Amino acid sequence: MVEIAAQIGDTLSDIPDGARLMIGGFGGSGAPIELIHALIDRFNTTGQPKNLTVINNNAGNGGVGIAAMISAGMVAKMVCSFPRSADAVAFGTAYMNGDIELELVPQGTLAERIRAGGAGIPAFYTPTSFGTDLAIGKATEEFEGKMYVRERWLKADFALIKAECADRLGNLTYRMAARNFAPLMAMAAEVTIAQTRTLLDPGGIDPQEVITQGIFVDRLIAVPSPEQEEALVRDEVNYA
Amino acid sequence: MTLPKLTGAQIAWRAAQDIEDGAYVNLGIGLPERIAQFQPEGRTVTYHTENGVLGFGDAPAPGQEDWDLINAGKKAITIKPGASFFNHADSFAMVRGGHLDLAVLGAYQVAENGDLANWSVGSKGVPAVGGAMDLVHGAKRVAVITDHVTKDGKPKLMRECTLPLTGKACVTRIYTSLAVLDITPMGFVLREKVPGVSFDQLQTVTGAPLHIDETVQDLKAPEV
Repeated sequence: MVEIAAQIGDTLSDIPDGARLMIGGFGGSGAPIELIHALIDRFNTTGQPKNLTVINNNAGNGGVGIAAMISAGMVAKMVCSFPRSADAVAFGTAYMNGDIELELVPQGTLAERIRAGGAGIPAFYTPTSFGTDLAIGKATEEFEGKMYVRERWLKADFALIKAECADRLGNLTYRMAARNFAPLMAMAAEVTIAQTRTLLDPGGIDPQEVITQGIFVDRLIAVPSPEQEEALVRDEVNYA
Repeated sequence: MTLPKLTGAQIAWRAAQDIEDGAYVNLGIGLPERIAQFQPEGRTVTYHTENGVLGFGDAPAPGQEDWDLINAGKKAITIKPGASFFNHADSFAMVRGGHLDLAVLGAYQVAENGDLANWSVGSKGVPAVGGAMDLVHGAKRVAVITDHVTKDGKPKLMRECTLPLTGKACVTRIYTSLAVLDITPMGFVLREKVPGVSFDQLQTVTGAPLHIDETVQDLKAPEV
């Protein structure tokens, strides 16, 4: 059953300290900026939630989104593939000061670990990272003459994602390359919260066009004119 | 001694000549991305980017960027007719599953057995790997384009990599500012070299033995 929230803050009020959050997006495309900023608002008002583990491809850019969560002191650990970029100052500063933990995961392994988490597959083998520093301590096995590394599923308490279009049953579509990790995260989280530009009645999305099925979605909030993270970063916006 | 050498754009041009009609290709961030602009006339090449786009085209005109339409380097792109979007797990199924014909990456070091180091220069700073460790597995051919030596003149082609590895025995061909080489069970086999650089001069700036198993061609590229 999908809850349709009236206020964005209502969708986030039960995220506790120490929660594991998957946040959709690759760079600025697909970043659910309004959900993230509403969570920061809650932290600024109540001091919660903190000590979060955030799972995203990157570690925030500029002064908005995940970068603003890190600057606010809400994030204890990042699980990501690429925390380094020209604008990743918030993460870089926290990391060099020893204030944040990093689990670095190759991008395809990150995607597949999340997919496995959502699909009920506790572990799988991949050729990625075999023989490298990122495979240290992991089991390996030979299949048909080639070596593979065993990787574990990745699950979360909550997923925050950005949809282009939703119906009231939680079926979702995405805009262009903003899809990236969102369909996987929607499957892998206990509670999936989606912001959507458009909210339609059932039947409003052609069943053939549905990308994420409503069974994977728990809460919806309509955000009719969402901000684009990359545009905010280029405008040097700081959310505090 | 300064050797005559190709520019970065010329290395990209040379690599582009080997991309066959109909190929599915992933180009790494930086110098490899420039290969697309030198795609020979009359060939159809479909480019893949890790963040879920197949069939993208040139950058949009300034002011026309749509930031939901970017490549793995977070640069704005456009799409061609017949393009498709997909999620990250499907994107890396294309990579690891052997569906790409070619992946082209940059390199800090390449070893004579095809080991590649291109993601970390050691312990300083924030580590970041992105899709490099995935891209080196699965593509039918994994090529590297790079300057032949480091900025301070040290060999990048070595017996063994000294920097952290991206993948083991994964590179099949290398395009450098001085030569084109294949990785074979023998090691580095020289296919082409810049005219005006002797075999001995090339060996001096290469950290592992160069082998020759057929005629070495001249490596030439137009002014680009």
